[in-house]
Amino acid sequence: MTEAVKDPPPGMVERRGAGLWVSHAIMMFGVLIVFFPIWLAFVASTVTQPEITNPPMPLWPGDQFLVNYGKALGSGVNVPVATMLVNSMIMAIGIAVGKIVISLLSAFAIVYFRFPGKMVFFWLIFLTLMLPVEVRIVPTYEVIAGFGMLNSYGGLILPLIASATATFLFRQFYMTVPDELAEAARVDGASPMRFFIDVLFPMSRTNIAALFVILFIYGWNQYLWPLLITTDPSMNTIVMGIKQMFPSGDDIADWPVIMATSILAMIPPVIVVISMQKLFVRGLVDSEK
Amino acid sequence: MATVDLKAVKKRFGSTEVIHGVSTSIADGEFIVIVGPSGCGKSTLLRMVAGLESVSEGEVSIGGKRVNELEPMDRDIAMVFQNYALYPHMSVRQNMGYGLKIAKLPKAEIDRKVDDAAKLLQLEPYLDRRPRDLSGGQRQRVAMGRAIVRQPKVFLFDEPLSNLDAKLRVQMRLEIRDLQNRLGITALYVTHDQVEAMTMADRMIVMNAGRAEQIGTPLEVYERPQTLFAAQFIGSPSMNVLDGVAADGSLSIGDSSLPLHSRLSGPVTVGIRPEHVIPDAEGPLAMTVQMGEPLGANTLLHGRMAGRSDAFTVSLAGVHHAVAGETLRFGVDPANLPFFDPKTGQRIEAEA
Repeated sequence: MTEAVKDPPPGMVERRGAGLWVSHAIMMFGVLIVFFPIWLAFVASTVTQPEITNPPMPLWPGDQFLVNYGKALGSGVNVPVATMLVNSMIMAIGIAVGKIVISLLSAFAIVYFRFPGKMVFFWLIFLTLMLPVEVRIVPTYEVIAGFGMLNSYGGLILPLIASATATFLFRQFYMTVPDELAEAARVDGASPMRFFIDVLFPMSRTNIAALFVILFIYGWNQYLWPLLITTDPSMNTIVMGIKQMFPSGDDIADWPVIMATSILAMIPPVIVVISMQKLFVRGLVDSEK
Repeated sequence: MATVDLKAVKKRFGSTEVIHGVSTSIADGEFIVIVGPSGCGKSTLLRMVAGLESVSEGEVSIGGKRVNELEPMDRDIAMVFQNYALYPHMSVRQNMGYGLKIAKLPKAEIDRKVDDAAKLLQLEPYLDRRPRDLSGGQRQRVAMGRAIVRQPKVFLFDEPLSNLDAKLRVQMRLEIRDLQNRLGITALYVTHDQVEAMTMADRMIVMNAGRAEQIGTPLEVYERPQTLFAAQFIGSPSMNVLDGVAADGSLSIGDSSLPLHSRLSGPVTVGIRPEHVIPDAEGPLAMTVQMGEPLGANTLLHGRMAGRSDAFTVSLAGVHHAVAGETLRFGVDPANLPFFDPKTGQRIEAEA
């Protein structure tokens, strides 16, 4: 241990010997606990219906992988999972991109422009932070129904597209951008929008990436709102679709297909997180100025 | 290249007036330094010329044309900011060419102009780097480069050297001056550093609390300060100021008395530059030394006038070993002493 203490790498608390093994063991145990239900779901999606319903439940994958997944993607219970995946994808991307564009612009307005009622608007936006979708769901439904947007992508996306959190985040970021930068752009002859596009937008890109990950998952996991406004199964999103697969009354639940659907529903968010991990961490950690 | 004229320029923020009417004419190609302590309004004045602040009253004209209502880009000016304000995500080349790109110049021409400026500033090896990969001095040069590629009529500098270390500051001072000379572009330069002002200015504007205390060449201000503030602000270490009473051809300061060459009478404030005292064992002024600062070429001695509380500093050539508590006597040449009205701080012209 004495040599180990001598030269630790800078900025890191180093553990050697027993400490290393104990900490890894704890981490592995944690991973196992988290991963086990997902493993069970995966196993359940690769066996036949009787194998699940008759205890004991299998712990190792069966040979029905292609059959179950093919059935889920192609036909599903009410509607093919492929359709639901596409719906969820459009909704999640629509919400994430929409929220980012709107909050970038509204934060830009709040930070860089003087207009009457600026603070009032800021606080109004801030207040909506306290109102989750569920609180305003009935009036929102009324509005969307009035516009005839039930069972449409517009209806799925628009009510969720404004984000006080993201506006606030970008506001805080813009406030850290030195005023001189805006002034230099003004002297260079850039119009406000030009400054926004050429300077602020590229400077915010790591924040945008981090926010995109968070908002994509937020959009993907929407449950109550799609459940309320999509009555047509072909507009179902996957998260609510899983619930729709549970039988009502005496029907038999097709567990392998439901589990295959669950596994499929998990894949896109995982891909988004993994592929944007680097940018995501950078967006949270450093501010490039 | 153009003249800049300020006519009774005032600035108000709400109901507080921060600049109380500054007037001056700046000749074509002149290097003007606006100097003053922080909060005196010097940056505000510069920003009004730039068009970043509106002019509350009065008129700013560039090249004989009123520009009060024009946007910065239409005033044909370029500005160098204190923190350089480089676009962090753009390369040096893009930073320098951004203004030209917005002006929709053809790409080839932008490249040519950026290359010329880079050559002038020895920035060629860094053109593809980002600002964060450059040292402070290099960033400063990029900021200068961004200003010169546009070939403006007027350069505006807002404390451009205050983020650099002392040695680099001296070097950049010379570079900026040299560059401005070669390009012949009128320049307005704001600083709080009186050494910068003295060394760089053709003429300087000494500002205090929103007023121009004195406008003149550095030596004019040094030798003939028009106000007590200008006298104390310019010169390092700063001028000693003593209150005395003038009567019958002599000035009495406490127990000491100085012969006067002019017919002054009544209470006056006299300024004595630390470097103008003459050590003289029989001299009329006495000082008790409290602390010495050996600077090599000269020695600063800080202390108090004997029998009084006025702080007093002298600067003596060469090395001096003075002990705390020691009393030094010295005289001054009364011919060039500036006198000020103790109430208004205005210079009293002493007729012989």
